[in-house]
Amino acid sequence: MIHTRGLRRTFTTRHATVEAVKGVDLDIAEGEIFGFLGPNGAGKTTTLRMLSTLLPPTGGTATVAGADLLREPAKVRLHIGYVSQVGSSFAELTGRMELEMQGRIYGMSKAHARSRAAELLTSLEIDDAADRATKTYSGGQKRRLDVGIGLMHRPQLLFLDEPTTGLDPQSRARMWEEVRKLRRAGTTVFLTTHYLEEADALCDRVAIIDHGRIVSEGTPDELKRQVAGDVIVIGVDGAAAQVLQLLQAQSFVREANLEDGSLRLCVDRGETAMPQILRLFDNAGIELGSLSLHRPSLDDVFLQQTGRSLRDAA
Amino acid sequence: MKVLRDTWLVFERYLTVLLRNPAWMIIGVLQPVLYLVLFAPLLKSLASTRGFPAGGAYNVFVPGLLIQLGLFGASGVGFGLIAELRAGVIERFRVTPVSRFALLLGRAMRDILTLLVQSLVLLLLSIAFGLQPTVPGVIIMLALVALIGLGMSSLAYTAALALKNEDSYAPLVFTLSLPLLLLSGVLLPLSLAPDWLQHVAQANPLSYAVTAARDLFNGHGGDPDVAKGLAVMSGIALVGVLVGARSFNRAIA
Ligand SMILES: Nc1ncnc2c1ncn2[C@@H]1O[C@H](COP(=O)(O)OP(=O)(O)OP(=O)(O)O)[C@@H](O)[C@H]1O
Ligand SMILES: [Mg+2]
Repeated sequence: MIHTRGLRRTFTTRHATVEAVKGVDLDIAEGEIFGFLGPNGAGKTTTLRMLSTLLPPTGGTATVAGADLLREPAKVRLHIGYVSQVGSSFAELTGRMELEMQGRIYGMSKAHARSRAAELLTSLEIDDAADRATKTYSGGQKRRLDVGIGLMHRPQLLFLDEPTTGLDPQSRARMWEEVRKLRRAGTTVFLTTHYLEEADALCDRVAIIDHGRIVSEGTPDELKRQVAGDVIVIGVDGAAAQVLQLLQAQSFVREANLEDGSLRLCVDRGETAMPQILRLFDNAGIELGSLSLHRPSLDDVFLQQTGRSLRDAA
Repeated sequence: MKVLRDTWLVFERYLTVLLRNPAWMIIGVLQPVLYLVLFAPLLKSLASTRGFPAGGAYNVFVPGLLIQLGLFGASGVGFGLIAELRAGVIERFRVTPVSRFALLLGRAMRDILTLLVQSLVLLLLSIAFGLQPTVPGVIIMLALVALIGLGMSSLAYTAALALKNEDSYAPLVFTLSLPLLLLSGVLLPLSLAPDWLQHVAQANPLSYAVTAARDLFNGHGGDPDVAKGLAVMSGIALVGVLVGARSFNRAIA
């Protein structure tokens, strides 16, 4: 659905040149939810604006929805929807007007645009606000309308630039649900986010971008596994040293330490290590106090790749 | 044709915006009305001065007011565009296949319609005050106003897209429109001006529109100055539309 090679963009202002995107290679498959995770100024919006024909790249090539971005931007536009970071509706018009206008631009008849708008208003649960000026909308309503505008013509590919920034947890959960619905309908989604939980919960694949470069890419699980595998913490009542020795001898344990009376194990895959540990303890007749599995977060991935915490960077 | 359909869609949109909040339209016509009521009477006694064109105070003054309406009305349209730019509406349209010409023309058509309605209000009021126009004069006058509207609002949109915020757009508009206005002989005919001022004014395209407008209302509709005024304004409109459509097409980085 999207293939880019060496995509780059340099901004030249009076005072400086900013290399916003420094050569990005992406391959996004049809039907995928792809996430771009990165701190402020990483180059997420710049990349999205290039891929949606808004901004000419300084270098590199890209095909988007089957068309060459540089040679056939008009063709690209037919198949994509773009929900910008700042929004897309005009304060003085109603949500319904905005949706209908959008549909008409894509060549829908009046009647068709009207029914499609009504359908989206219902599925996005903004029926109640449909005929009010958008300046009266709540943040969540406005964001859902933005998504609706992007979806009006049923694009194959939807770009969502920070769809949930500034939303409360409840609105965020609803937005996630909308995105999952899109996947079920076969739409490819390329979204950006600052939120680790969001990339983790929503995306099939994630690319971590920092200072205009992709520093890591894969499924959320793959990325987390890159860090150090999983961590298992075991509480034992007595004989901790003896248990430690036993565990260190096991091949599935990469590393084992005794910390504050608990044993901390690093393993490649927590879900296979847990039953092995249980069996081991059972055979040796050792009493188990507690057992817990800790997965590294995408934050750990970011930290490892960039040396900074995403929360600090953002 | 796609351009026409898209232009109509864009026009419809901005007409809706205008009708939902017609305050600007009323404010726009209020200023020339105030001139008509509070300033034009002063001219009555001046009308006998040497150099003052024939035809009576109102027939000299009202055409200028209409041109002023066109200039001021159109120069303010950039504010609305900047608001939309900030709200992400322009980027949203630029991702769609909508015709870039339509993005400009649809807006400009709404602006022209606004100007024509305002001009008619002003004309009717002026007739009550003593203006004596001819029907062909009024029709050609409205065409002239429409051309000014097209040219000026296209240029205003171009400036708004280039500057992107009110803080630089507003000073630009005000610094440009006042000298344009004074040097066009809108308030008082340039025939009263010293030679050097008349020469400077000749470089102002708007002065040709004012001259043409006065001829139209003074029974000199056949005068070559009228054709000249229409030609100059058509030229400005053409340049404005080309430059404006290009701005809508270009990346708004
Ligand atoms: N029009 C522009 N002119 C100059 N510099 C720009 C322009 N647009 C973006 N930049 C710079 O490019 C870099 C990347 O910006 P971009 O908006 O792509 O970041 P982002 O990842 O979307 O950040 P955020 O999470 O804050 O939205 C930043 O340093 C930014 O200041
Ligand atoms: Mg951004």
